[in-house]
This record gives sequence, structure tokens and C-alpha cells, in this order.
Amino acid sequence: MTAHSLFLGRSLTWRRLVSRLLLYLVFISLAVIFLFPITWSVITSVKPPAEAAAIPPTGLPSRITWDNYLKLNEFGAGAGRYLFNSISVSVMTVVGTIILSTLAGYGFSRFSFPAKGALFLMILATLMIPFQSILTPLFLILTRLKLQNTLPGLALVYITFQLPFGVFVMRNSFDTVPRELEEAALLDGCSSVSLLYRVMLPIVLPGIITAGIYAFLNAWNEFLAALIFMNQQSMFTFPILLNSVNTGLYGAVDWGALQAGVTISILPSILMFLVLQRYYIQGLTGGSVKA
Amino acid sequence: METLRNRPAETAVKMRNRAWRLPSRRQLAGLFFVLPAVTFTLLFFIIPLLMTIWMSLHDWPLIGTPSFIGSGNYDTLAADRQFWTSLGFTIRYTLLVTPPIFILAFVLALLVNLPLRGVGLFRTAYFIPVVIGLGASSLLWVWLLNDRVGPFNTILRQLNLLQGSLVWLGSFDTALFAIIVSVVWKTVGFTMVLLLTGMQAIPQEIYQAAMVDGASYLGRLRHITLPLLRPTIALALVLSVIGSFLAFDQFYIMTRGGPRNQTITVVYWIFNNSFTYFKMGYGAALSLVLMGFLVILSMLQLRLLHREISY
Repeated sequence: MTAHSLFLGRSLTWRRLVSRLLLYLVFISLAVIFLFPITWSVITSVKPPAEAAAIPPTGLPSRITWDNYLKLNEFGAGAGRYLFNSISVSVMTVVGTIILSTLAGYGFSRFSFPAKGALFLMILATLMIPFQSILTPLFLILTRLKLQNTLPGLALVYITFQLPFGVFVMRNSFDTVPRELEEAALLDGCSSVSLLYRVMLPIVLPGIITAGIYAFLNAWNEFLAALIFMNQQSMFTFPILLNSVNTGLYGAVDWGALQAGVTISILPSILMFLVLQRYYIQGLTGGSVKA
Repeated sequence: METLRNRPAETAVKMRNRAWRLPSRRQLAGLFFVLPAVTFTLLFFIIPLLMTIWMSLHDWPLIGTPSFIGSGNYDTLAADRQFWTSLGFTIRYTLLVTPPIFILAFVLALLVNLPLRGVGLFRTAYFIPVVIGLGASSLLWVWLLNDRVGPFNTILRQLNLLQGSLVWLGSFDTALFAIIVSVVWKTVGFTMVLLLTGMQAIPQEIYQAAMVDGASYLGRLRHITLPLLRPTIALALVLSVIGSFLAFDQFYIMTRGGPRNQTITVVYWIFNNSFTYFKMGYGAALSLVLMGFLVILSMLQLRLLHREISY
């Protein structure tokens, strides 16, 4: 914006060059501050365990080992089990959110039926009520349905929490599909379902990716609901396992193993974001600004 | 939108059906498509919401039958010193964490909005902590801040800012400070991107006109950017304040509510009552009060900022 005049046009003078170098210095220092905690955790996770637990902390690792990861695998039912739990819940949440949001988005965008406005508002309005405040009865409902301490049970809850955002994004996506396209397909004898599947799905794919990435990040990262609904040790999700390592459920805190766990926990989120950044930001700005 | 859809044939069908009060096939199809999402929302959100009200009027243990006690839980709440401590602490935390987030986010947004080569890369770098879980980041910070194995104290010592070692999470003030630093690190990128989007939506022509009139950078910032950014700031503020008010993970993981229960937030206190002491009726009453606070909070904020905009 305003800086255009500062940096573009005319040739670079010494003053400009110096101010630009200084700016880059600021940018780089900030990047170091933001990325240091994550980088240092990853580096610590591949240190030999003795170095990872050294007092005071050591610098770069003398050699790279996976020992901390192997040690993490010895806690409770083994890190593999907890990874499996987290991955299954995340995959179920993503798939469920995408299916439910796409169907509902299609329905709300293209059909008229009784109580349509009220139903749409009901789904969106849940966004205004913090999920933290309904966890107590939700616990009773899941227990009654025998879904407490089950992976699908947690996924059902996560899907529900994702629906307002997902349905909103998908409704908007379907709204942008030209009517003519739909009418042409209907004239060709396409049914509602095959119209959705064959004609519209490719067009609303960006919306689906946006809804999916948010569903994944929320399911993979969520802490409080998982802590409440998965209180059996073998059913912990990965963040709950890590918290248990930190509280000493498995003996004295193993700092190397903890950093191995933190690394496993944060890298998928970061990779997912880096690969699908465009869709993530679209959801952030489009979704929240319009909502 | 309606007019676009209603081709003559369909309108006729619709009118006939309206007379019969039976939904058409197409209407049924629409209902069918939204039904799964509606069912999930009813079952796992609306029903629990209504149950919260019902439960709050009962003494509701985990095992055994609930008994109706009317306003009993609310009387308990009024006299519950930990609840008022928690509420006070949550408000204090929210008031302390919001300004640094906004000031930093605003400066960062101005920086990453500069037309410099490679600026997108830095924008991404500052945003990365946003996408990791608050649970994972809290565990990360527990280690960073640890007085024996964490790098934080070592760095401070090398910069001559600290002598000996400091147990950051051991006392109230340093723990609150450290948690605020960790939360700012984790969430500032989110506010930065929201503000950046708002800044990029301001038409360049306004700035150009101001420059022709000889307005300085700071003048343009004050008289163009800030006023036009109000709606974005309002939205970001609501999201940020609500997020802070619902804080749980960072305190549960980093301080475990200590020292001396001083860092138990409202959500943490609900968690303790419902799932540690299994006083679920009381937990429900606390939840309803929290809900009320949030509704008032967001209405108040929107109202305040709205007035400033029209002013």
C-alpha cells in the first residue's frame, strides 16, 4: 500500500539500499524468533537422549539418532497406538465433515424446502456457542450411546463442531456454480445425485479442500474434548499421550521423548498448511470475514 | 435468488404442492441432502445445549440418579470463591494478552504488506505457529521454559538478562507472563493475516490522493488505514477476546492451575467440577454462566466498535 512510493520507482540510492537491508534484517530476525522454538524442538528430538536431557542444555547434536522416538514408543500402549488413534479420528473427521458439508451445502444452495432458512441458521448459530460449554451433557450422551472411549465417538463430536464452517463454505461454493451448467445437465436427464457427483463436485473442489484442511487440523490438534471423552489409557489421542508424558504418568519426564512427540504432533499440521496454504487462507479470510 | 430458480414449470408444481401442503419431490431431495448435517447438529449440539439448562437445575452425579434442586447450583456458584477467582483471572488474562497480540499483529501486518521480494515467505513463517495445536505448543513451551533442560534460560543468561535460573512456571507473575508470551507467539499470525486482508482491501487511490496532498506515512496510517480497518479490527478483536476467554489447554498443561489454584480459568473450573469432582449439574450451571458471558461480550464489543465506526 503506502510503501509503494518508498520502494518502487526511480533508481536505488544508497539510502534506499540501506533501508531495504535493514528491513530484511528485521524480517529475518522475526522469522528466527517465530521459527526457533519449533526448529529447536525438532533438533532436540534427534539428539542422543543424554544430550536431550543435559543440564544445562547443549547445542547442536553430536550425532543424529532416533532413540528418543524409540523411547516414546515405550510409553503406555506404545506411540504407534496413539498415532493410530489420532490418525483414525482425523481421517474420520475429514471424511465425515466433507460428506456432510457437501451434501448440506448443495441442499442449502440449490433447493428450496420447508424451514430451510431456520435449519441453515441453526447450524451456523452453533458457531456462536463455545463447544467448551456443552461438553458436560455431551459426555453423558456419548456414554449413553456407548461411544465414550471410542474413535468414531470422538470423530462424531469433531464433525459436529466442524459443520457450521464446513456447511457455510460449501453453500458459498455451490452458490458460485453457474445455473446454466446445472440446467444443461438436467435437460440431458441427469438426476440430482449424479448432477452433484459428476457436474458440480469438480467445481466446488476448492471448497471441499478448505473444509477438509480445517477438519484435519482441528481433529489432529484438539485437546480438551479428547481429554474428556477418551479417558481410557489405550484410547488417548496423541496430544493426550504427550500431556501424560509431561505429567509423569509414565515416570520421570523424558525430555527427549517429549520433543520427539511434539515433533510428530506439529509436523503434519505444518506440512498440511504449507502444501494447501492457498485453501487455508481462503477459508480464513472468506469464511470469517463474510460470516 | 428465488427468481433465478423458478422456471415456470417448477413454479406451477410448487404452487400446487403448497395447496396440498405436501413437499414436492424436489423439496424432499433438498431436505434429504441437508438431513445428515441437521441430525448431527441436533444430536450433538442442540440437545446437549438444552440438556445443559436442565442439568444445571439438578444435583447430577456421574453414577446414581440426579435430583432436582432448583436454583441450588446457582446459589453455590454465587458463594463459590474459586469461581470468582477464576472469572477474575480469566478476565485479567484476556485483558493482558489482547493488547500485545494486536499491537504486534498490526506491526507485522504492515511489514508483510510491504512490496518487497520474498515477503510472502516471511508471512508464511510468522503464520506457522498458528496451525500447530495449542496442546502441542504448550508442551513445547513447558520444555523451552524449563529451568534445567530448556534453552530459554540459557539464552537469557547469555544475553546477560538473567543470572542463575528462573522457574518461570513456578510463581504466578512469571507464569502468567511466560504463558502470555507463548500464546502471543502461537496466535499473533492469525490476527496478522486478518488485518493484512483488511489492509489489502483498502483502495490504493485513497493513499495516492493523500500522498498528493502531502500526507506523511504516519498520517496516512492514522487517518486512512486505521479508520478503514475498523470493521476488520472489530472482527479480529471479537475472535481474539473470545478465544482468550475460553483458555484452557495452556493453563492445564503449563501451570496445572497453580500455583495455589491461581491460574484456573473458567473453562478449567468447569472441567474440574464436571470431570474431576463429577459434580455435573454444577458444571452445567457454570457452563451456562460462561455462555452468557460470551454472548454479552461479543454483543458489547460489536456495539462499541460499531458506534466508533459511525462516529
